Amino acid sequence: MSSVTDVAPVAATRTPEGAPRRPRKPRSGALLGVAAWLIGFLFVVPVLWMVLTSFHSEEAAATNPPSLLAPLTFAGYREFFGVGTGTSPWPSLLNSLTASVVSTVIVLLLAIPAAYALSIKPVRKWTDVMFFFLSTRMLPIVAGLLPIYLFAQWSGLLDNIWLLIVLYTAMNLPIAVWMMRSFLAEVPVEILEAASMDGAGLLLTLRQVVAPIVLPGIAATSLICFIFSWNELLLARTLTGTVAGTAPVYLTGFVTSQGLFLAQVCAASFVVSLPVLVAGFAAQDKLVQGLSLGAVK
Amino acid sequence: MSTTLETGRGRGQQPPTPPPAPPTPSPGGALRRSADWARRAPLLPALVFTIIVTQLPFVVTLIVSFMDWNAYYPDERGFAGFGNYASVLTDVNMRQAILTTVVLTAVVVLVSLLLGMVIALLLDRQFRGRGAVRTMMITPFLIVPVAAALLWKHALFNPEYGLLNGTLTAIWRLFGSDNAPQPDWITMAPLVSVEVALIWQWTPFMMLILLAGLQSRPLDVIEAARIDGASAWQIFRYMTFPHLRRYLELGGLLGSIYIVQNFDAVFTITSGGLGTANLPYVIYQTFYQAHDYGRASAAGVVVVIGTIVIATLALRTVSTLFQEENAR
Repeated sequence: MSSVTDVAPVAATRTPEGAPRRPRKPRSGALLGVAAWLIGFLFVVPVLWMVLTSFHSEEAAATNPPSLLAPLTFAGYREFFGVGTGTSPWPSLLNSLTASVVSTVIVLLLAIPAAYALSIKPVRKWTDVMFFFLSTRMLPIVAGLLPIYLFAQWSGLLDNIWLLIVLYTAMNLPIAVWMMRSFLAEVPVEILEAASMDGAGLLLTLRQVVAPIVLPGIAATSLICFIFSWNELLLARTLTGTVAGTAPVYLTGFVTSQGLFLAQVCAASFVVSLPVLVAGFAAQDKLVQGLSLGAVK
Repeated sequence: MSTTLETGRGRGQQPPTPPPAPPTPSPGGALRRSADWARRAPLLPALVFTIIVTQLPFVVTLIVSFMDWNAYYPDERGFAGFGNYASVLTDVNMRQAILTTVVLTAVVVLVSLLLGMVIALLLDRQFRGRGAVRTMMITPFLIVPVAAALLWKHALFNPEYGLLNGTLTAIWRLFGSDNAPQPDWITMAPLVSVEVALIWQWTPFMMLILLAGLQSRPLDVIEAARIDGASAWQIFRYMTFPHLRRYLELGGLLGSIYIVQNFDAVFTITSGGLGTANLPYVIYQTFYQAHDYGRASAAGVVVVIGTIVIATLALRTVSTLFQEENAR
């Protein structure tokens, strides 16, 4: 705990005020900086290792001790994309892309009007509605799996990407409503009043007054919905097969070892994670707000 | 915390409805009636959609949980009363799964909260490369969960060529020894292996929430306390920690909700073997492989009840933060 005790006062010295009682501040400060770097490095090492290994040959990837300086090659990626073997991950990557993008668009189409009705011109009991949405996100998916499966079987929607799209929409809608509400709450009501005084209709007001202010919020919300849909495994694994299988389902093919395949696994993991890494870093500043359902800014 | 007590589950009651953001002054009486509907209309599609897709399946699950229904024996479908619940709660595997779920969730949430707090405190200071360290810290959270589990299983834990044992060999070689310990991590400590992989992914989540909490601290008050001679420990114990408490609760509860449901890591790293099968995995198996729909539903209802307990607390915390936010 000693590191914790040391931190608090240093944090407080962000104000220019000097710290007369604390002559050893600079040194412990530097030490804590090094500690932060060390911990950050430890957390990122597995990812760096994954990327490095993905560019090694299978032989170099399977050495002990690890060969850090082995020559780089695209063999793992060629193998993963099915050059030679013919099993291509492209259909599943495209399925993931379709499910994530289409569900995100539908989420936005549903969530933005709802958030408007919950913030700018709030309906009565709007907090109850908010918490109803939130409570649906907290119910475990696994408990609704069986009825969904039986319904899909009955309606012929098994292994159909549209079923996943509908389910991902429902899964992300509460998050999107909460996030969008917190962004829309930042729109100053006076501007809206002025717009309606000038006789602007609802759509015009939305497009010309609200949209410019909340566009960054919409971007962050869609990135977070995209990430959640892209990552989802349980529903995809249960409800899809050879046709509509998504990228995480494709990855489960690597669960059991098959000889020398570490470079290929790393290449696969990196390729599938790449969209999430890009989306996540792009939404970095709004990530907390989305993950905490708008409760933390 | 006194404000928390007033807010319940959120669905029915919300006694001190925070000032309902006064509507724009309505220009005339004629507009008022249509305005009421114009207000509700944008909300309805989302609400109806959510009710149909998320609430109906749970109603069906509840009904099926009281039925004898196994897809392998279609003729024996019938009413089972509490039979499925009795078999869920007495079955050794199910009880083991309940225990595993509790242990897995508790360990992952507590350790990543603690780590997340230490790292958030380290990051809540000026030092060179702070942004870079923050980005490095977030990275594990941005790896697709299945990919992260594969990474730990094959690239790190593997006893022959995994990075952990590879590093041990390298260190031992450095000191001229050739017999470095080469443990088979997953076989030796299966549940801990799953926990480590999950902690690696969830610590960034906790860190982000706690860092946001730290940065919302009133710095002037802390500065005043420091000038008045409060020690570092006193400031942490009596100012920072109470302020962080609500964020710790929020992180812990949201983390619990996500980790109770975890399927990816258990499925990938151990395939539910070696005593790591948690409830979501067992339910998946009961329904997907054993086709015992009645029992799977009863187990599902058990998970829902467990989640409702956590979720009620989580909703309370969220609603406290939410009301503070709106009161501002």
